[in-house]
Amino acid sequence: MAKAKLEELESPAMLEEFYRQMVFIRRFEEKCNVAYRLGKIGGYMHTAVGMEVTPVGFNHVLKPTYDYIITAYRDHPQPLLLGSDPVAVMGEIMGRSAGLSRGKGGSMHVYDIEKGFFGGWGIVGGHIPLGAGLAFGSKYKGEDRVTLCLLGDGAANQGVVFESMNMAALWDLPIIFAIENNEFAMGTRLEYHAADTELYKRGEPFGIKSERVDGMDILSFIKDAKRIVDWVRKEQKPFVMEIMNYRYNGHGAADNDRQLYRTKEEEAAAEKRDPIARLEKVLIDRNIMNREKMEAIDEELTDQVEAIYEAADASPFPDASEVYANVYTDMDPEKGH
Amino acid sequence: MATIEMTYRDAISKVLAEEIEHDENVLIMGEDIGRYQGTFRVTQGMFEKYGGKRILDTPITEAGFTGIAIGAAMVGLRPVVEMMTMSFSILAMDQIINHAAKIHYMTGGQAKVPLVVRGPGGAAKQLSAQHTHCLEGWYAHAPGLKVVAPATAVDAYGMLRTAIRDDNPVIFTENPGLYTIKGEIPDDKDFSIPFGKAQILHEGNDVSLIGYSRMTQVNLAAAEALEKDGISAEVVDVRSLSPLDMTTINASVAKTHRAVVVYEDWKFGGFGGEIAARIGEESFDELDAPVVRCGGLNVPTPYARNLELECIPDVDDVIAAVRKLS
Ligand SMILES: Cc1ncc(C[n+]2csc(CCOP(=O)(O)OP(=O)(O)O)c2C)c(N)n1
Ligand SMILES: [Mg+2]
Repeated sequence: MAKAKLEELESPAMLEEFYRQMVFIRRFEEKCNVAYRLGKIGGYMHTAVGMEVTPVGFNHVLKPTYDYIITAYRDHPQPLLLGSDPVAVMGEIMGRSAGLSRGKGGSMHVYDIEKGFFGGWGIVGGHIPLGAGLAFGSKYKGEDRVTLCLLGDGAANQGVVFESMNMAALWDLPIIFAIENNEFAMGTRLEYHAADTELYKRGEPFGIKSERVDGMDILSFIKDAKRIVDWVRKEQKPFVMEIMNYRYNGHGAADNDRQLYRTKEEEAAAEKRDPIARLEKVLIDRNIMNREKMEAIDEELTDQVEAIYEAADASPFPDASEVYANVYTDMDPEKGH
Repeated sequence: MATIEMTYRDAISKVLAEEIEHDENVLIMGEDIGRYQGTFRVTQGMFEKYGGKRILDTPITEAGFTGIAIGAAMVGLRPVVEMMTMSFSILAMDQIINHAAKIHYMTGGQAKVPLVVRGPGGAAKQLSAQHTHCLEGWYAHAPGLKVVAPATAVDAYGMLRTAIRDDNPVIFTENPGLYTIKGEIPDDKDFSIPFGKAQILHEGNDVSLIGYSRMTQVNLAAAEALEKDGISAEVVDVRSLSPLDMTTINASVAKTHRAVVVYEDWKFGGFGGEIAARIGEESFDELDAPVVRCGGLNVPTPYARNLELECIPDVDDVIAAVRKLS
């Protein structure tokens, strides 16, 4: 996907592309949930159902595979949009040899470095200085890359976030700290974990330009994201973005207790803001697509996801020799129990 | 004494609740422990019962809230910090090792740090490389910290009480694989088990299997399997890494003349090496064979289940280690 001009971002073809990408991500994530329940995926697995606008929007305003992206463990959508082999993404999530890391990382640790996707991290906050480091590296080399560093509202409290923002401002690093505020850090609501719930303000003490944007509306989001990405690229300075969205699934596939931190009524209200349904309405209002076409697209993408899953499931578990590979670049660790 | 059967998890919950009631300065801090009832449900029901002052939900800021617990301990509180998993305590290691462990010494005894840091350590199932660390050996390396790793429900119950009432910082490591095992718990709100006492959980004459935490359960299963092959293994449950009870370990080695030290942590540089070295130094004349270690593979824990299972010592690995001795 080439970098689009602003007027192209609302063309019928572009809106259809957004729709396809968002539905594809949702069906992919839902398939992951099913596979998890079947025991085909293990460990901790987190989906981005309800949060599709962020990856799709950025995919059209960044320079995919040139710019750098780094995120936490909710990491399936980005590589899928960057053109990573979807079977390798699903294979990684399933712990198979076809996976991007040949099954050694799993759902939380998906990486496709060649495509500028740096993962895929399980320690909340841990990847944020790494993101600043990617930006430091590209700037040092005189490149004009932008680094997109995604983090959650819960992660926004970790000490390294503030340390990284300070250095990013001090050294003018071309990074977007994109805080996806989905209102929850696992089972803890925003107001119970953040003293000031307007998280975009976290950049202000460091003099970083900061802004809150709607993360449930692809049309407004894409304009905000474009403006911000273009500014960061031109100025080679950091930006803090707070993206307001919501996760419809539990925190992870093992979280079966959503009622402990939110009510059914609240979930129903959030469903009404569903970014996919919102885009469908636009498509209909503008006579770009009718329901039939949408259903046909959905069916096509569901089949596509099914085929991806089948192909990944046909891949064997990693060879036993994998266990010692890649601990070092040039030697093996001491072996045996 | 009357006893009650309960799981390892419930034994920990029980003593936490009892100590909250016993001492108004005891409080629990951690992520998702209150309203969300705890990730492993150890603090289930406690927020509702004791309120947010005693059961404190924290932001995801391990270094910060552990430091706050340490500071509060210096002025008389007795905080119990729950790490959602022990791997996250790495973020708080500066506070724990560079601060908590040294405060009593650096102040010449003026200040005490009655702190407990507890939570599950080690592998569960496919949690990958960043969530599976066994850190008890790292902590035991630091003077000033006491480190315990109970393997049974009754020990979890008795040793956590000791930890909370101890005036020193204590690392209390659980293991995700132990939470559902059951045991008999004495019905006694003052029951405690002192640190620095290993125990024999299965008597034997041919070889000592020495371990702690979940590996003690693996050793018990290995002892049973070895018995069928006519090998009589003695299972020594270390329980307390620091202080370490070499008396019980040496006595077992004096009886069996062979020792295998089993630990889940990376084999290279792990705590099992300390035990093996001490046996070598203190029981050299008793040994009929070199002490053998059986530890985790020296790799970041992989996600794929088949690779993960390769990494963690199991009954077959312990038996293979025993076979090396003959
Ligand atoms: C250092 C650390 N502490 C705790 C956890 C456990 N944990 C994983 S995700 C999470 C919540 C993070 O919430 P947020 O940053 O808002 O991201 P979201 O899951 O909403 O995308 C917690 C507490 C962890 N993985 N790492
Ligand atoms: Mg969140």
